Amino acid sequence: MRSVLFLSGKGGTGKTSLAGAFAALSHEKLLVDCDVDAANLHLFLQPTALSEGDYEGSKEAFRDEASCTRCGACRKVCRFHAIGEDLAIDSYLCEGCGACVFACPEDAITLLPRVSGRWMIADTRLGPLVTAELTPGEETSGKLVMLVKQKAEDLGGERGIDREVIDGAPGIGCPVIASVTGVDAVILVTEPSLSGLHDLKRALGVVNHFGIPPFVVINKADLSEQLAGEIAAFVAERDVPLLGKIPFDPRVTASMLEGRSVVEDGEGPACEAMRAIYRRFVEAFGA
Amino acid sequence: MRITVASGKGGTGKTTVAVNLALSQIDGHPVQLLDCDVEEPNAHIFLKPQIASRRPVEKLLPRVDPEKCTGCGACGAACEFGAIAALGGEVLVYDQLCHGCGLCRMVCPTGAIHEIPHRLGVVETGSARGLAFAQGVLEVGEAMATPIIHVLKEEIVGDGVTILDAPPGTGCPTIAAMHGSDVALLVTEPTPFGLHDLQAAVGVARVLGVPTAVVINRDGLGDDRVTRYCDEEAIPIVLRIPFDRGIAALYATGVPLVDAQPSWKDAFRALLDRVAEVVS
Repeated sequence: MRSVLFLSGKGGTGKTSLAGAFAALSHEKLLVDCDVDAANLHLFLQPTALSEGDYEGSKEAFRDEASCTRCGACRKVCRFHAIGEDLAIDSYLCEGCGACVFACPEDAITLLPRVSGRWMIADTRLGPLVTAELTPGEETSGKLVMLVKQKAEDLGGERGIDREVIDGAPGIGCPVIASVTGVDAVILVTEPSLSGLHDLKRALGVVNHFGIPPFVVINKADLSEQLAGEIAAFVAERDVPLLGKIPFDPRVTASMLEGRSVVEDGEGPACEAMRAIYRRFVEAFGA
Repeated sequence: MRITVASGKGGTGKTTVAVNLALSQIDGHPVQLLDCDVEEPNAHIFLKPQIASRRPVEKLLPRVDPEKCTGCGACGAACEFGAIAALGGEVLVYDQLCHGCGLCRMVCPTGAIHEIPHRLGVVETGSARGLAFAQGVLEVGEAMATPIIHVLKEEIVGDGVTILDAPPGTGCPTIAAMHGSDVALLVTEPTPFGLHDLQAAVGVARVLGVPTAVVINRDGLGDDRVTRYCDEEAIPIVLRIPFDRGIAALYATGVPLVDAQPSWKDAFRALLDRVAEVVS
C-alpha cells in the first residue's frame, strides 16, 4: 500500500472516518494526520504520547518604540498591509518576511520566532501515530504538514515501516499541496451533492497536477442516488477508479462516539462497504 | 455588522447557514454575501449569481537576470520562506514557496532581480436575488488562498449586514476571513470531531477578539457534549438545525432551505437578532 492520502476538496465528507477504517484494516503502517488545522484522527485512537514538541513555524516583526523615528519606511515596503498608519504591526497580517527589518534605517524592527503549534508521536492500538495541531490563531499550516511528514518518514525509517495511512485537510490550498507531494496514491472521499461534485473536480485537478494516482469513494451515497450516479459518471469519464460507495449509516457516528472506527465494531452496511473498498484498493494498488 | 460564518471542521453547514441567513434578510436591510472559501467556493451553487466583474489576484514572483547576478547568495540568505537559493552560482526560485514580499529584490546588491505578476486566482463580484455577492476562486494547483481573501474583503461596502462564508480549518485563510469581524457564527455538529474542531475555532475567534455564537447542525445525530461545552464556556447556541434527510437532500441538489421550507426564514431572522445581541 505504501503511502495513501485521504483528500476530499469539500470538508466533512468522511475522510477521517475512512482513514480510520483503513487504519484498522491494514497491517504494519504509520498513521499520519496532515489536517493540522483540525486534526481528528487521534480521536479514534486514544494515543499514548512517545514524544512531542513545539513547532516554530514562522516569525513575526516587532518594532522597538524607543529607537523608532516614525519615518514610515517599514509601512511602505510591507505588501501584507500588516503595518498600520500608526506603524503598529498587526501580528495576524504579518507574514514574517523581514522586508520591514531590512527597510528600517534605525534597526528598530526585529523578527522573532513564534510557536505556532505542537507535534506528537504516539502509540495507538492501531499503530504508531504522527499528528500535530496548529495553535489557535497561528498560520503556516503547510509548513507544519511538512514537519509531520518528515517526522513520519524518520519514524518509518526507525521502525522499518514503509506503509502510511495519511489523513488530509479539506480544500485545495497550502496544507493540501504540502500533504500531496510525495505520496503514492490519493483516495478522494466525496458525497453526492452538487458541492461535493464541484469540490471533487477541483481536488482531482490538484492531484492530477502533482501526478499522483487518484481513486474515488462516494460516502453517504444513498442521500442522493441521482448525484451519486453523476459523480460515478464523472469519474468514469476521467478514468479514475471508483473504489465504492458507502451508504449513510448512523453506526459510523455511534462508533465514533465510542472512540472507535465502525469497522472495529464489525457490523452494518457502512462497515461492509468500507471493508470492500479497502479490499478493492489493495487489489488495485497492492497491499 | 460583519458576520463570519466559520467552523473548524469542514462540512458542518457553513454555506447552508450563510446562504439562508442572507436570503432571509433580503426584504429588510441591504445584505452582502462574500464567499471566502476560495479553495472550494460553494455559495454560488445555491445563489446562482450574475457575475458583473472579475479581477485577477496576483502575487509578484522574483526573476533573476543571469547577466547581472554575481551568485553572492544575499537573496537566499534573506528569504524567510526558502523560496530562493543560490546554488553553485545559479539562483533558483521556488514559486510555490514564495510569498511575494519583495525582500530578495530589495537586498540584491546588483539589481539583478525583477518581479513578474503571477496569477493566484480571481475575485468575482455581482448580485444574486437582490443580494450583493462576491467570491474568490483560487487557481487549481496554487497554494496561497489568503491574498485572494484580502482582495475579496476590499469588496465589502456600506454599513449593512455583511456575511462572510469562511473556509474550514483554523489556519491562515480562516484567520484572513474572520479578522475584523463583529462576530463569528460557528457552525458545528454534535459529534466528537465537531466538538474538537469547534473548540479550535473558538480559540481562533478569542485570539482575534471576535465574539462567538454557535449553530448546531444535524442536531440529534450525536450526543450532547457540544451543548455542554457551549454552556460551560457561556457561548450562546443561537440556532439548531435538526438532522433530517429532507434537509440533506435539498442541500445535495443546491436548493436553499428557505426556498423549499419558507418557515425557516423566521428562524434565520431570529438568528440575526440573536447574533446582533451577541455583538452588542
